[in-house]
Amino acid sequence: MDIFLQQLINGLTLGSIYGLIAIGYTMVFGIIGMVNFAHGDVFMVGTFTALIAFLLLTTLLGITSIFLVLAIVLVVAMAFTGLVSWAIERVAYRPLRGSFRLAPMISAIGMSILLSNFVQVAQGPRNKALPPILPDVIVVWDSGSYAVTLAYKQILIMVVTAVLLFAFWWLVQKTALGRAQRACEQDRKMAALLGVDVDRTISLTFVIGAALAAVAGVLYLTYYGVVNFADGFVPGVKAFTAAVLGGIGSLPGAVLGGLLIGLIETFWSAYFSIEYKDVAAFSILAITLVFMPQGLLGRPEVEKV
Amino acid sequence: MRPWEQDPILAVDRLSMRFGGLVAVSDVSFRVGRGQVTAVIGPNGAGKTTVFNCITGFYKPSAGRLALSHGAAPSPSELDALTRTGRAAARTRKGGVFLLERLPDHKVASAARVGRTFQNIRLFSGMTVLENLLVAQHMGLTETGLLSPAALLNLPSWRRREAAAVERAKTWLERIHLIHRADDPAGDLPYGDQRRLEIARAMCAQPVLLCLDEPAAGLNPRESAALNELLLSIRDADATSVLLIEHDMSVVMGISDHVVVLEYGRKIADGTPEEVRTDPRVIAAYLGVEEDAVEAIEAEVGV
Amino acid sequence: MHEATAAASSGLLARALKDAAASAAITALLLVPLVGMHATEGPSGALVLKYRFGLVAIFALLVGGLRLGLHLTVWRGDSARGAAPRFPALARLAGPAGDAAKPVFFAVLLLYPLLAVLGSGGLGPSRYWIDLGIYILTYVMLGWGLNIVVGLAGLLDLGYVAFYAVGAYTFALLAGSVPISDFFAGTLGADFWRLWSFWVCLPLSGLLAALWGVILGFPVLRLRGDYLAIVTLAFGEIIRLVLINWVDLTNGGAGIASIPPISFFGIPFSSGEGGFANLFGLEFNPMHRNIFLYFVILALAALTAVATIRLRRMPVGRAWEALREDEIACRSLGINTTLTKLTAFSIGAMFGGFAGAFFAVRIRFVSPESFTFMESAVILAIVVLGGMGSQIGVAVSAILLIGGMEMLRNLTFLKDPWLFGPDFDPSLYRMLIFGFAMVAVMAWRPRGLVSSRLATIFLKERKKVSGDLVREGHG
Repeated sequence: MDIFLQQLINGLTLGSIYGLIAIGYTMVFGIIGMVNFAHGDVFMVGTFTALIAFLLLTTLLGITSIFLVLAIVLVVAMAFTGLVSWAIERVAYRPLRGSFRLAPMISAIGMSILLSNFVQVAQGPRNKALPPILPDVIVVWDSGSYAVTLAYKQILIMVVTAVLLFAFWWLVQKTALGRAQRACEQDRKMAALLGVDVDRTISLTFVIGAALAAVAGVLYLTYYGVVNFADGFVPGVKAFTAAVLGGIGSLPGAVLGGLLIGLIETFWSAYFSIEYKDVAAFSILAITLVFMPQGLLGRPEVEKV
Repeated sequence: MRPWEQDPILAVDRLSMRFGGLVAVSDVSFRVGRGQVTAVIGPNGAGKTTVFNCITGFYKPSAGRLALSHGAAPSPSELDALTRTGRAAARTRKGGVFLLERLPDHKVASAARVGRTFQNIRLFSGMTVLENLLVAQHMGLTETGLLSPAALLNLPSWRRREAAAVERAKTWLERIHLIHRADDPAGDLPYGDQRRLEIARAMCAQPVLLCLDEPAAGLNPRESAALNELLLSIRDADATSVLLIEHDMSVVMGISDHVVVLEYGRKIADGTPEEVRTDPRVIAAYLGVEEDAVEAIEAEVGV
Repeated sequence: MHEATAAASSGLLARALKDAAASAAITALLLVPLVGMHATEGPSGALVLKYRFGLVAIFALLVGGLRLGLHLTVWRGDSARGAAPRFPALARLAGPAGDAAKPVFFAVLLLYPLLAVLGSGGLGPSRYWIDLGIYILTYVMLGWGLNIVVGLAGLLDLGYVAFYAVGAYTFALLAGSVPISDFFAGTLGADFWRLWSFWVCLPLSGLLAALWGVILGFPVLRLRGDYLAIVTLAFGEIIRLVLINWVDLTNGGAGIASIPPISFFGIPFSSGEGGFANLFGLEFNPMHRNIFLYFVILALAALTAVATIRLRRMPVGRAWEALREDEIACRSLGINTTLTKLTAFSIGAMFGGFAGAFFAVRIRFVSPESFTFMESAVILAIVVLGGMGSQIGVAVSAILLIGGMEMLRNLTFLKDPWLFGPDFDPSLYRMLIFGFAMVAVMAWRPRGLVSSRLATIFLKERKKVSGDLVREGHG
C-alpha cells in the first residue's frame, strides 16, 4: 500500500511531463496530419535551454530566489523553444506541404537527428548535472518502515502542468486562434478561402506545442537535475505513445495518455523489471496502434473509398 | 416475373448500413439480372455509393444479405441453407454462391469476381497503361499466388502465362482505342481515356459482375456515347453483368435494362427505364423539384 | 528604360539585404543559447558557462552572406526560385542510355581490389581501401534491401536494423554454440563447424530474419504509413533492448566476441599448412581474407540487386508498386494487400539478415551498440537520397554518404590552428550532416537523385515515368 501510494505520486509526476509533450504531437497531427518526429528533440532543446538559462541566472546574475529563477527560466525556455520550432516548421516542413505523404515524416526524422547531434556538437556528449533543485519533501504517510513522500518539486510539476493546461485549453476553446486551428483541422482549403491565415495558424500550432514541450523540459530538469543530448528520443517516443493511447488529435486524450504512460512506467519499474520499462512503453505503443488506433478518446477513422 | 428476377446474378436482401447514428442505407432489396445492365440512380446522398461499397466488400453492411451466384441463381432454400451455415461461399449444382457481406474486399474481387471502378478515378498513375492492365490479372497469373518460383526463375511456363496476359491487355487496349499509349504512364492520359482505362483494368480481371461508379462523370457527349457502346459490348460480348451508378440520364436511359431508384437510403422504385421514367414518385423525389420544373427536365431526358 | 532597370535592381538589392539581415538575425537568435553559451564543468565540478559569441557572429554572418549571395545570383528573378537543378548524367545512368555504362560499372566493381592494390602499392597498404569498399558495399546491400520495403512497396520501415541484428546474432550465436560444434565434431570433423559455420548460417540468418519480418509485420502492416513507421521503430528498439537485457543469451551490452572468421569455402585463411595461401601457392598475407570478404559482399549485394530486378517483373513486384500507388484500387482488383505487404517486408528483412551475418563474420564481434535507431536512419537516408525505388540511385547515394562520411575523417587540414584547431574532430559531425542531408534532400529534391521510374514491361519502347506521377507511400 505504501509503495503503491509512492509510485502513484511518482507516476503522476512523470505522467504530467509526458502529457505536456504529448500535446505537441497531438496538435500538430490534428492540424496537418503528420507525426512530428522531431518533437522529442524539441523537448530536449527546451531542457538544454532551461539548463543554460538556469546557469546564467544563478551564476552570472546571482539570483537566489529559486521560484524567481524557475519562473524566468520557464519564460525563456518557452520563448526560445517556440522560436526553434517555428524555424523548423518554416525550413523543414512548410516546403513539403503538398509533396508525397512520407516526405514530411522523413524530413522530420532528419530534423530529429540534426537537432540531437547539433546539441551534442555544441554542448558536448556528457551528462550535464545541476545541484538538486527544491530538494525538500513532505512526508505524506509513514508506516514505520516506509515513508511515502511528496517532494516540493513534484507539487510544483503538477501545479504548473494543471495551470498551463487550463490556460492552454482556454486558448484553444475560446480564442480566435483556437477557432482558426479547429477550422484548419476540418478543412484547410476551405479555411483559407474563408480568410483564415493557414500558414500562420500552423506556425502558431508548432510554437505552442514547442512551448509546452519546453515547460516539460523545465520540469524534467527540475525533477531529474540532469540532461543529455540524447534525452529527446525516449521521452519523445513515450509521449507519442501517450498521444496515441489517448487518441491522437484529442487534447484531453493526450493528457490522459500521458498520465497513464507515467503510471504504467513507474508501476512496471516498481513491481516487474526496471530493465524492461522501455520495452513496456514501446510494446504499449505497438499494441495500441494495432488494436485500437483511435485510442481512448479519439474518433475512429472511416475509410473513404 | 420480371426478367431480372428469373436469374439474378446478385440478390440484395434487406441491406442496411449505419455509420454511428447515421443511417446511410436502410432496408434496401433489389435484384441484378444476369447479362443485364442495371443502373442505380438517386439524388446526391441517397446512399448509392454506400450500396456499392457494401457490394464490393469495402464496407461491412450493418445488416442484410448480398448473394452473388456464378452459373445460375440458387434456389431460395439453397441460399437459406448457406446463410445458416455461417460460411461465405458454397458450390451449387450450377456453379457457386458467394455471400459478399461475409468476404473481405480482395476476396470479393478475386473469388466472387466482382470488379469495380471508382467515382474519383483510381489508376496506378505512376505505372504505365500496360502495367495497370497486368496488375489486374495477377491473381490468375500464377498457380501459387504472387510469389511463384516459376516467375522468379523466368521459366517457360511463366513466360507463356505472361504472354497471354499481355495479349489480353492488348485486346482491351484495342477495344478502348488506347493501344498507341500502352507504354505511357497512366497519369499522363486525358480524363476520358483514364475513365475507359479504369474500366478496361477492371475487365482484365474477368469479373462476372462489373460495378461502375459514375462512369460518365466528366465526359463530353461524344465520349459518353462511346462509353455506352463499350458498356453494351461488355454486356453482350463478355457476358459480364453491369451494375452502375449514374447521373447522366442519356447513359442510364440509353443502355439500362433495369433501373433501381434510391432516395434517403431507401428504394423508391424499381423497374424498366420506361417505368421509372414515368413514375411520378421518381420524378418528384429524384429530381426534387416542383411539378412545373419536371416538364423541363423531362424534355432534357427525352421523354 | 535605364532608370526602370536601375530602380528594379536597387529594389532587388534592398529586398536581398533585408532578407539577408533578417536571416542573419534569426540565425544569431537561434544560436545564442546553445552555441553562444557552453555549459561545461568548472574547476569545482559544478557546471559553469563559457561564452562563444564570436562563433555565433561568424555563423550569422555566413548565413546572411549566403542568402545575400543566393538572392543576387541563383534566386535572381523570383521565377527561377525553387526550380530544382537536374542531374542529366545520373538520370541517364538509370535509363536505357546507361546500358553502355553498365559493363564499365561492373568491371570497376570486380577489379576494385586489384585497382586498390595497384593504386596503394601493395597488399598491406591497400587494406584501408579494401575495407572501405566492403563497408560501402554493406550499405549498398542494406540500402537495396530496404529499397524493396520503402521504395517499391512504399512502407516506411524505421526498424530495418532489427533484421540486420537478427541476422548478425543468429550467426554469432550459432557459430559460438558449443553443442552444435560438438555435434559436428563427432560426425564431420573437429574443425568443421569453425570453418563452415558462416556458410551454413548465412541462409539461416536470412530465413530467420524473414521469419521475424513475418511475425512483426503481420499485425502491423494494415496500419497507415506514419503509424507503421512508428511501430517499426518501436519493434527495432524492443529487439535492441531485449538484446541488451537478455544477458544469458546474448551476453548483454558486452556483446559476443570470438566469432570464427570466414573461410574460403572450408579452407581457412591461415598461414600454415592447408591454409588458403599454402594451397594456392601464394605467399601468406592476412589481406587475402579481406579481399575475399570484398567479393563475398559484392556477391551478396549482386544477389540482392538481381533478385529485386526479377521481383519487380513478377506479379508480386508489380503488386508492390501498385500498392504504393493506390491501396484501395489494389483491393478492388483482388490483391490481398496484407499478404503483399508482408512479402515485401519479409523479403527486405531477409536481405537485412544476410547483411547482418556478413557484418558479424567481418567484424567478428556483435553487440547491441551496432544496431541503434541511428543505423536504421542512415540506411533510410541512403534510400531516400538515392531516389526511392531506383537501384542505381541507392548505390550512388550509399557511395556518396558512406564514402563521404569516411572522407570526413581524413580532413586533417581542418585541424590546422588557423581553422578549427587540433581538438576539432570532423567525424563528430557525421550524424549532424546526415540529418541535414535528409532535410535538405526532402526540401530540394524530394524524389532523390534518380527520380524517374522505369516501366517493368513494354510493348514498343521502355519509357521512363516522371517522378511527379509516381506516388510514394500509401495513406
